[in-house]
Amino acid sequence: MTELIKTENLGRHFGEIRAVDGISFSASRGEVLGFLGPNGAGKSTTMKLLTGFLTPSFGTATVGGYDIISQSRQVRSCLGYLPENAPLYGDMEVADFLKFVCEIRKIAPSDRKRAIDTATQRAGLAEVLSQRIETLSKGYRRRVGLAQALVHDPEILILDEPTDGLDPNQKHDVRELISTLAKDKCILLSTHILEEVEEVCSRIVIISRGKIVADGTADELRTRTESHGVVKMRLAGAEAQRLTQSVAAVSGVRDVAVSTANDEVLLQVTPHNGDFSIHGLVERVLAEHCEIRDLSVERGHLDEVFRAITETVDTSGRP
Amino acid sequence: MIDGANINAICKREFRSYFATPLALIFLCAFLILNGFFTFELGNFFELGEADLGSFFVWHPWLYLFIVPAISMRLWAEERKTGTIELLFTYPVSLFEAMAGKFLAAWAFLGFALLLTLPIVFTAYYLGDPDGGVIVASYCGSFLLAGACLAIGIAVSAATDNQVIAFVISTSICLALTLLGFDPVVQALHKVFPPTVIEQITNLSFPFHFEAIRRGVLDFRDIFYFLSIIGLGLFSGAIVLDKVKAQ
Repeated sequence: MTELIKTENLGRHFGEIRAVDGISFSASRGEVLGFLGPNGAGKSTTMKLLTGFLTPSFGTATVGGYDIISQSRQVRSCLGYLPENAPLYGDMEVADFLKFVCEIRKIAPSDRKRAIDTATQRAGLAEVLSQRIETLSKGYRRRVGLAQALVHDPEILILDEPTDGLDPNQKHDVRELISTLAKDKCILLSTHILEEVEEVCSRIVIISRGKIVADGTADELRTRTESHGVVKMRLAGAEAQRLTQSVAAVSGVRDVAVSTANDEVLLQVTPHNGDFSIHGLVERVLAEHCEIRDLSVERGHLDEVFRAITETVDTSGRP
Repeated sequence: MIDGANINAICKREFRSYFATPLALIFLCAFLILNGFFTFELGNFFELGEADLGSFFVWHPWLYLFIVPAISMRLWAEERKTGTIELLFTYPVSLFEAMAGKFLAAWAFLGFALLLTLPIVFTAYYLGDPDGGVIVASYCGSFLLAGACLAIGIAVSAATDNQVIAFVISTSICLALTLLGFDPVVQALHKVFPPTVIEQITNLSFPFHFEAIRRGVLDFRDIFYFLSIIGLGLFSGAIVLDKVKAQ
């Protein structure tokens, strides 16, 4: 079995509000699935459904092969969860708290020390083990939250905004940790930081207003942007007018924009999705006796995709 | 399926958490001082000239009205406020196990507070020859009464994330159950209801059953009454919790 998380038309409403409105996706071992969406899109609610904290209003899901409704306890046994804002028992010492988690997670007494050592080492907590949780900084508290999710070495990790509120160094550490864990686990993480998604996630699901509006790798999603594939060149010795006409005739070119700066010409070519080739474009430019000083191809920006997709949905007339 | 190990783990964690802050110390001091005040000032323990602990136990229903909700108000209200409820219920534990674990921790803590009043027993033995059986029964009754108040408090605590509201509502419910067996109230009720109805009403009250045990008779019906209140409190609390935990 490779699909460790699988949802089918999963939904949850609170009164009139459909927080999660029929979402279907799956994630396998070795995958880091990034859950992306504006605030209030339903990311946290979906995670609460998968972790058994909430029961769905409709639809089903399996986690680790277990049904989230009828086998909720098994589901909760096989996953590690970091809730939003990492709530913790502030009056406990870190070590005592992790011992409690070991007990509740049914780790045999003889294995507890090793389990706690591994989790604290992974989360970088060794130096604060005897401190009370409420005296710790935000970064350390987040790490305690991660350690409690890791203590039983689950194969599925669900992390709700794991780097929210951390400083850049701490964010980096957490992302490194996630990348290290990713090899033999299935990780679902939510965030609204796009660079984070690009850095750690192997796949992205964008959700907006309770629905999935995009599902793919970062590269796949980038192809959806206007700027994807746009070729920019800085040329010397070109004659703007003639160059424009000449380039526009290259097959697969949709739009050509030319501007001049100093003695250089800036050429921006927007291709069609189909039969455009950079090779053909470069040949044509060289045939105009220009010198190419710089050439770049835009990959597209995730934030553009994000805005385009989520704003389209926002204006779709739903209340 | 109820997993005793989970109840044990939650109970231990909860019990320790009392002693992690000055809360336990303040509570125990308040409990002992109030007990002393009621027994010696209002109950005239010495002036009665009898070596029994009636003037000590008779105040317990009134004392628990305020003391027990002070313990129970935070049990769920705090978990909901800090969000740890989400952590707890995404561990493989059931609502009832969590409820029972928390209840047992708080009950054990109240039992510990009750044990600290033992010097008064030694005093009674030093002064005379009290009936040991009555004292044991009274302690059992008092412990059961504390458990019943606690179960009501824990159910109310599940329903709100505001500790003040939890305190006021639990105290009100316990007060109602105490007043229904309080003589001046019972006499006032006699003017409105026929005696058979009055009997049913007083049967539901704390004092009716507590007094019976306090006299030294450990009747099954009285024990059953307190255990039912405890069961009802935990059960309804678990149902309420399931409904409101996500809000």
